[in-house]
Amino acid sequence: MSAAAAGPLAGKRILIAKPGLDGHDAGAKVIALALRDAGAEVIYTGLRKSPEFIVRVALDEDVAAVGLSILSGSHQELSREVLAGLRAAGAGDIPVFVGGTIPPQDRASLLEAGVRGVFTNDTPLAQMIDELARVLQ
Amino acid sequence: MSARLKPGEAAAGVATPSGIAVPVVATRDLAGVPDLERPGVFPFTRGIFADGYRGRPWTIRQYSGFGSAEESNQRYRFLLEQGQTGLSVALDLPTQCGYDPDHAMARPEVGKVGVSLFSLSEMETLFEGIDLGAISTSFTINGTAAIIYAMYLAAADKQGVPRAQLTGTIQNDILKEYVARGTWIFPVRPSMRLIADSILYANEVTPRFNAISIAGAHVRDAGCTAVEEMAYTLANGLAYVDELLRRGGDVAKFARRLSFFFYVHMDLFEEACKFRAGRRLWAQLLHERHGVTDEKALQFRFGVVCGGSSLVAAQPYNNIVRVAIENLAAVLGGAQSIFTCAYDEAFQIPTEFSAEIALRTQQIVQHESGAAATVDPLGGSYYVEWLTDQMERGMREVMGEIDAYGGVVKAIEDGWLQRRIAVRAKEKKDATDSGERVVVGQNHYRREAQADSYGEVFRLDPAIAGRVLEKHAQLKRSRDAARAARALDALEAAAASDRENLMPLLVECCHAYATVGEMVERLKGCWGEFQEPVRL
Repeated sequence: MSAAAAGPLAGKRILIAKPGLDGHDAGAKVIALALRDAGAEVIYTGLRKSPEFIVRVALDEDVAAVGLSILSGSHQELSREVLAGLRAAGAGDIPVFVGGTIPPQDRASLLEAGVRGVFTNDTPLAQMIDELARVLQ
Repeated sequence: MSARLKPGEAAAGVATPSGIAVPVVATRDLAGVPDLERPGVFPFTRGIFADGYRGRPWTIRQYSGFGSAEESNQRYRFLLEQGQTGLSVALDLPTQCGYDPDHAMARPEVGKVGVSLFSLSEMETLFEGIDLGAISTSFTINGTAAIIYAMYLAAADKQGVPRAQLTGTIQNDILKEYVARGTWIFPVRPSMRLIADSILYANEVTPRFNAISIAGAHVRDAGCTAVEEMAYTLANGLAYVDELLRRGGDVAKFARRLSFFFYVHMDLFEEACKFRAGRRLWAQLLHERHGVTDEKALQFRFGVVCGGSSLVAAQPYNNIVRVAIENLAAVLGGAQSIFTCAYDEAFQIPTEFSAEIALRTQQIVQHESGAAATVDPLGGSYYVEWLTDQMERGMREVMGEIDAYGGVVKAIEDGWLQRRIAVRAKEKKDATDSGERVVVGQNHYRREAQADSYGEVFRLDPAIAGRVLEKHAQLKRSRDAARAARALDALEAAAASDRENLMPLLVECCHAYATVGEMVERLKGCWGEFQEPVRL
């Protein structure tokens, strides 16, 4: 990934992760490409990572934000496990975002659990980047 | 064969989703030589059967399955009572990825996107009261396809149904899993062996069963174009043919049981022509490359799914209309089996209500629309013949690029194909965000403060995972442990060498109630796991 790029997320290091067994990675890769275009340094985990692994990478790489991509319906469990893992490691301040197939009625409870933003495939990329830039200011 | 589009003939900016410029009006000279082909005759542009759907209507095959085997069994019985003609089993991710439900990676996913089938005990429950000799069953299963196929044979044995009578399909297409769907387990080479084992075994034991369904659907839904979808799929198909030939298979025989699977998205004509072009191209490729002349072996048989990522959460009832148009495209393209997504699949597992509308859509197209009354009703249309030619040319070009890279296996192992698809997905997203690609109700014709109504909400019983875990523990207590251990040992020994077909050993493992997780662990011990190339 090229460093020192310009853009609203310049200088930000962001982890895009695929927790659980879901193999649909088109969305995660589109997001990774969009974040990179916006200047961020993106780390993409690849498929099938455990919440523990994702927390460890987030800490080791000292990321500014974590994006979880989940299309299997396991977003409630997996998001909470990552949030809990970060908190337990004293890194509860790293904002976590969730994207994927998230039923509208699940949005509120995810936000309540501590997720900072929920994006679905109809969220325009520009809107997502604005929101990230705002949170990561 | 066809005249190239002349400058000025395309309205500015009007192109198919694959980027083919569309003429304002297609004329006879554009379509080239009038096509005198008949359906049922090589190269099958107009269809593989001379009488189209009159002799054999397409199979209405709705994909479903969730929770435990008991819940899915009830949904299947409901669908069969409503006139569905084939079953399509959705499996949960632990079963697809080869984990037992008590594995740490499996726990949150048990019963979520499909039914948990951790052992033969669950499959027996799944098909209770359903005669496997009278129904055709399709399994969307890849990484563990050989195991699930073995389990199906064991379930048939238990029901007393002769194996030779079984009809159905296992997807069993690992190559596209590495590219788009992600339920790979083993590295590419041993996976290809397992696929060849299952196909060659199926040719002998279940001659009416499709042991592979080479699928473009998932790369398409991930973002590539219709032309690329077909090209990548045929390239994978040729790779399987090569592997089967290497294993001593007879192409005239095994090619009869190769089947294909695609998505149908929203351009009616491009989708119909994709199938006309793909059918012709596959027959030509087998003929050109392998000298196949057997008509049955040259026939390109395929199933489709309508909907997927062409469905949106905004104004979700509009999806019913989209699926109906896609359903029509599939019929005009000559599909052998069709699955229509429910309108709420963009955001949840369908409810019984939405699933019924999806089923009725197919019945309306089949019995009311008239589209099935004659073979290839679009044949001879200047536009359709021209577009079919254009798409075939595009497919050959893309296949040429893969060949130039070094073949599809190398392209996948290196992550080259995966990267191409990611870039396409980004392009499609950008075109949607900008409004260049019109999605009614989402990026165009959206009401201010539009309150999207989602109708009934599907709720998966949260106690399901617990019940599945309990059944898993119960099975391990009650089965003949010594028989299971013997069967697993024999499997491992055979997997370690390349001399023996693994299918009979897998069937014995299933009969011994060894679990999917146990079988996969043994195979991983011999073969290792696929290392995903992550290239962005």
